[in-house]
Amino acid sequence: MEQKLVALSGNEAVAYAFKQARPHVAAAFPITPQTEMMHKYADFVANGESSTEMILVESEHSAMSAAIGSAAAGARTFTATSSAGFALMWEVVYIAASLRLPICMALVNRALSGNINIHCDHSDSMGGRDAGWIHLFSENAQESYDNAIMAWRIAEHMDVRLPVMVNYDGFIISHTADALYMLPDDAAWKFIGKYNPAYTLLNPEKPITVGPLDLTDYYFEHKTSQLAAYEKAPAIIQQVSDEFAELTGRRYGFAEEYRLDDADLVMVLLGSSAGTCKDVIDQYREKGVKVGLLKLRTFRPFPAAYLAKVLGGRKAVCVLDRSASFGGQGGPLFMETRSAMYGLQVPVHGYIYGLGGRDFDLRQAATVIENLQKVAAGGELKDINLLGVRL
Amino acid sequence: MSGKMVEIRWHARGGQGAKTAAMFVAEAVLTKGKFGQGFPEYGPERRGAPMRGFTRISDVPIRRHCMIENPGIVIVLDSSLLDSPAAGVTAGTSKDTVFLVNTTDSPAAVAKKLNVKGAKVHTVDATGIALETIGRPIPNMPMVGALLAVDDLLTVEELKSALVDQLGSKFSQVVIDGNLAAVDRANKELVSA
Repeated sequence: MEQKLVALSGNEAVAYAFKQARPHVAAAFPITPQTEMMHKYADFVANGESSTEMILVESEHSAMSAAIGSAAAGARTFTATSSAGFALMWEVVYIAASLRLPICMALVNRALSGNINIHCDHSDSMGGRDAGWIHLFSENAQESYDNAIMAWRIAEHMDVRLPVMVNYDGFIISHTADALYMLPDDAAWKFIGKYNPAYTLLNPEKPITVGPLDLTDYYFEHKTSQLAAYEKAPAIIQQVSDEFAELTGRRYGFAEEYRLDDADLVMVLLGSSAGTCKDVIDQYREKGVKVGLLKLRTFRPFPAAYLAKVLGGRKAVCVLDRSASFGGQGGPLFMETRSAMYGLQVPVHGYIYGLGGRDFDLRQAATVIENLQKVAAGGELKDINLLGVRL
Repeated sequence: MSGKMVEIRWHARGGQGAKTAAMFVAEAVLTKGKFGQGFPEYGPERRGAPMRGFTRISDVPIRRHCMIENPGIVIVLDSSLLDSPAAGVTAGTSKDTVFLVNTTDSPAAVAKKLNVKGAKVHTVDATGIALETIGRPIPNMPMVGALLAVDDLLTVEELKSALVDQLGSKFSQVVIDGNLAAVDRANKELVSA
């Protein structure tokens, strides 16, 4: 497949990907660093390159509410937000998932207030981790674009029918011009395909009820059906990713394994800091240190069995969280990973790093590797450590 | 693998076009089969406030997504930043760093101000050139033209072709011609120590 090499910001790349899905409706409210993405999309519409109906609402709560109404009516629908915008959507984020509406959302990861900060961390996404969405994370503009193409196929698959959020790091990816390969419009459309809603709100031939009162009689059964969708989602995510690999040559799964085959030491993380770690891992590999990286792509559904399989037998594992869980046992990714590793007898420790966009640099990655070496040699380290902060 | 990577740090004031230049160079090198990454440092964005931009260029895909701490090239769009320690123009630099400064001062005078031992300093009156060619004191594109005189990332013709692509849909022919002339002049008028 002939693909065009372009330099685009992450926001522009995702706007293109969404346009290629020919969505019927987009409802959004601007918030930094997501604004540029919807700005680009609005350009497509204004220039006649997209026939998407843009609903410009007065808040993110309304954006998600409009997306829910639109998706329930049978329209392919997306939205996008960041940080406090996602927080304001809170109650309706759950409703989108409960109604099994395959809405796609770009979540351009940004710290939550206060104090006010516009830069990247993952606390926005983590706040919604139990809401019933599929969470895909991206390392760079290429992965943001690719995830935003695949998201539709995953969300709309009849075994899944769950909303999907495509996460990419605010500014670090959203506002950085990066080289990426883009599919031609017709190839992307052929891959994504037309959306066939199973039920629509406005079909008198097949009347349905959406969002009724659901008390002690059936609520639990409906939640059980959501849990069941999560059971089926991993196989569909892999199937869609494999088809995407056939088309593009870019292979995706639940995670990317970087120099992991013979690695004694493993770093586990999400998002853009993976690239920085890869450069430093190469430096340590040249010195003979057997270190590798596991970059998670799907945080929900969380691939626990896969992690247990991959992390078993290692000498030391560490988990890097770009968000804190105040009063919890480490960051969300650490808690999930350590739980997945139950019984493996592999030492695991965690870091909190990069809050509010604090630069994750080459030195921090080197510190992480050197600490892994110490732990593998029998040294002690706290469960939770802070990285790159003034103490 | 990292391969050979050129790392450029841009120092400017809001409104001088450093963000555009940092991202434009990253895009323009794609035509040469190279990979580029360009990004600004976002803070309180306002006209006149000191800001930094970053560009990486490499023969292989660029994976790291951190700030540039040890730039090979430092480009200063506003010479008043040389007097501001907070701007950090010399931070992380070494004797191998190339400085490219928009000023009417001589490279020797700038070198003295920078106080970096053995620094390779080049100067160009990018603001003057911009005023005469574009008609506005926006020194970003002349500085890109001057950059090509200190590093052969692209030929001037390749850059100009990328510039036409970039500006083509947004600006009038007069503005495009002004920018092309600015690139040419700055490339030729660079003064080296």
